[in-house]
Amino acid sequence: MKNMTLRDSANLAERFAKPSRRMFLSVTALSAAGFLIGCDSKPTTPAATGPAEAFDAAMNWFVRVGSDNTVTVLNKHIEFGQGTATGLSTLVAEEMDADWSQIRVEHAPADASKYGNTILGGAQGTGGSTAMADSYQKMRVAGAGARAMLIAAAAKRFGVDAGTLAIEKGVVRTADGSKKATFGELAADAAKIAPPAVETLKFKDAANYTYVGKSFARLDSPGKTDGSAVFGYDYRPKDAVTALIARPPKFGGTVKSFDDSAAKKLPGTVAVVQVPQGVAVLAKDMWAAIKAREALKVEWDFAKAETRGSAEMMADYKKLASGAGVSARKEGDAAAAMKGAKKKLSADFEFPFLAHAPLEALNCTVVLTADSCEMWFGSQFPSLDQPTAAAIAGLKPEQVKIHTLYAGGSFGRRATPTADLAAEAVGVAKAWGGKAPVKLVHTREDDIKGGYYRPMVLHRMAAGLDAQGVPVAWTNRIVTQSIMEGTPFLPAGQIDFTAIEGSADLPYVFANMDVDVHLPKSAVPVLWWRSVGHTHTAFATEVFLDEVAKAAGKDPLEFRRTLLAKHPRHLGVLNLAAEKAGWGTPMEKGRARGIAVHESFSSFVAHVAEITVKPDRSFTVDRVVCAVDCGIAVNPDVIVAQMEGGIGYGLSAALHEAITLTKGEVDQSNFTDYTILRASEMPKVEVHIVPSTEKPTGVGEPGLPPIAPAVANAIFAATGKSVRKLPMGTKVPA
Amino acid sequence: MDFTLNGKARTYSGDPDRPLLWVLREDEALTGTKYGCGVAACGACTVLIDGTPTRSCATPASAVAGTKVTTIEGLNGKVGEAVRTAWRELDVVQCGWCQSGQMLTATAFLTETPAPTEAEITAAMDNNLCRCATYQRIKTAVARAADIAKG
Ligand code: FES
Ligand code: FES
Repeated sequence: MKNMTLRDSANLAERFAKPSRRMFLSVTALSAAGFLIGCDSKPTTPAATGPAEAFDAAMNWFVRVGSDNTVTVLNKHIEFGQGTATGLSTLVAEEMDADWSQIRVEHAPADASKYGNTILGGAQGTGGSTAMADSYQKMRVAGAGARAMLIAAAAKRFGVDAGTLAIEKGVVRTADGSKKATFGELAADAAKIAPPAVETLKFKDAANYTYVGKSFARLDSPGKTDGSAVFGYDYRPKDAVTALIARPPKFGGTVKSFDDSAAKKLPGTVAVVQVPQGVAVLAKDMWAAIKAREALKVEWDFAKAETRGSAEMMADYKKLASGAGVSARKEGDAAAAMKGAKKKLSADFEFPFLAHAPLEALNCTVVLTADSCEMWFGSQFPSLDQPTAAAIAGLKPEQVKIHTLYAGGSFGRRATPTADLAAEAVGVAKAWGGKAPVKLVHTREDDIKGGYYRPMVLHRMAAGLDAQGVPVAWTNRIVTQSIMEGTPFLPAGQIDFTAIEGSADLPYVFANMDVDVHLPKSAVPVLWWRSVGHTHTAFATEVFLDEVAKAAGKDPLEFRRTLLAKHPRHLGVLNLAAEKAGWGTPMEKGRARGIAVHESFSSFVAHVAEITVKPDRSFTVDRVVCAVDCGIAVNPDVIVAQMEGGIGYGLSAALHEAITLTKGEVDQSNFTDYTILRASEMPKVEVHIVPSTEKPTGVGEPGLPPIAPAVANAIFAATGKSVRKLPMGTKVPA
Repeated sequence: MDFTLNGKARTYSGDPDRPLLWVLREDEALTGTKYGCGVAACGACTVLIDGTPTRSCATPASAVAGTKVTTIEGLNGKVGEAVRTAWRELDVVQCGWCQSGQMLTATAFLTETPAPTEAEITAAMDNNLCRCATYQRIKTAVARAADIAKG
């Protein structure tokens, strides 16, 4: 493998970013119903009019203007809480001058040719906090294009020059206000207008924004507060059977034999079928499926299974760390500089496997026929789910229709390179012969024990300072399973950038640096988990940096400022968080502050955490002051919510979460032993957004990486003891 | 077995051990009541049984005979409406999966404790997990709902 330099290895968004294709607007008329508009790489003319339904499969469009005066945004990303539905709609509403109350949002169908994510190489999918970055220009073009067509239709109808018309809250009117028409009234006529060239579109001046930069109510709020929002788990066709899979208790295990006689005697059992993942029971409802699976007896073959415990795996990682790995960054001569250093520091940082545990467990409903496969679920990556389902069903990808429903969280779990959920569901339907709709569900136990974890990680850090206390050497050796190797996301011959992101592109300047990585294999399936490699690299680097700062006799904030002189956006959030938190002002006895800053997914976040340590060594995180720079703040309240959520999710893992294995079997099973953050542990969070005119970047993940190190650094400040192993628990180190 | 569900008379004649959660979601198609853990550990399945917040995943169907069951779909009245208004005003939801349970727990709490302190709110909501960590807004919304309900 070639040595990778910092910037070409570490950032998913940047790796896949290509100059955006030239965009063309295209439009489809919906007879009497209005029109759809989107942007495409090739120009099209208005299609012949036809019933709205006829365009269902071919909608390459982002915005639908209906004669009922609604403006529907087709969200090419799944909404699972991160606020994308609202954020993308904000851009459309802005450029159209629509009224917020007429905006609706729907999930777009699976069709990468129309809804591909340019940052993800054109695949249709949500991840890497890319939704806003990828959609910003596309949504503005779609909105401005729709606006231009509505104006043109009104100009024709009123017999006036288009330039004299204005739109306010979804109503087009003449300069003197004598003639007016709503979007709904104009929709059918506008559908007949040829879409304007993108070059001719006029975008609104930021000074005139009514929506962007202000907070408008989330579009998914009403349905999620009256029980009417339909999530995957809620979708259940009348004659559907519920399927549960009995999976091997050790990863990599396979079915040797099974006895389903007792399961089949139960009144609710419909069928028992073997599938590649294990043995599936199909039953009339959830309760019957649970009972049937309990009654099943399966003998497993563990010949290829992972049989080590997690403690043994970590011991193996430590052995590996004594030798050099593949180089991910090299500056100067770290070994020589370390030899000559006056002061030397070293530390191992250990990270456990983590489960995503979205509160809605995974599920997928499939209707399979000889020539079609229809699926309803929270599909995070249609471009993987669709071909995987097709291959298993023996169909062409275009014969697979995916209906994306709301998902109760994901944090990465619903996007797997293997499309495991779609594969399981279609596999069960296929094995059973698709006799009725199959609703494949996971229980919480399936979820916690099911793998696809954030990998276990070891960071071996070392640093050297010269006689003046200046850090002259920094080394960081990482040992972890690879998430990307063997997936279509990793170009051949390249280092898994998710293992080193945040470490290899460390912004701090040291004259001599070595970052290298070992990627050992295991049958435990691993996966990206909210903020991916940054979950551990931010912790190891930011906590170790505080140790180095102390050795240099410097204040952690001052130390960072010196090392970040060439990184204005890091400095911007660092200084803002420090200022708002009152960094340096005295605190009562037992209280302390810690600071951490980290860039991920092209957004920059700094947190100051304030803790209280009690005499029994227990501690609480009382307050977190967050500063975020994510470019233009499209919907500030969505950004604030994602910072709050990222802080809570990160703190949950920092304090409590670990998946451990004993002889290859997962020790945890449910929220009883896989503990997550509770209301009483949530600190008061204060979010400050750096004003910016840069292109907007994501917020779903970047709030997470700096929280655990900020808390650990507060503990270090309070006790002089560094936290080197996660989860840290609720007591400071003795 | 007869019970009242969101004000309507219902009859259930299936397996008496079957958890109420699945009766609501599958037989009654009231899918606002969510499954999160199945072992009374998360609160996503919370409904009100005669006004008491109860985990429907751990409540056998037989236990609701003769009771009044309220789900998110039937949440109304002064306090229930105040809770919904506050939740929308503050845009509490993220993924939304835990929120029905949060709102029903909040409604029962505010009915008993119309003028709660911050500490009381935190304690009342502490057994309802939210994986999206919307806790700060949940706590603020409960306080806000108390104000709205007071009028
Ligand atoms: S589903 Fe009932 S408490 Fe979790
Ligand atoms: S909003 Fe997602 S679990 Fe609470």
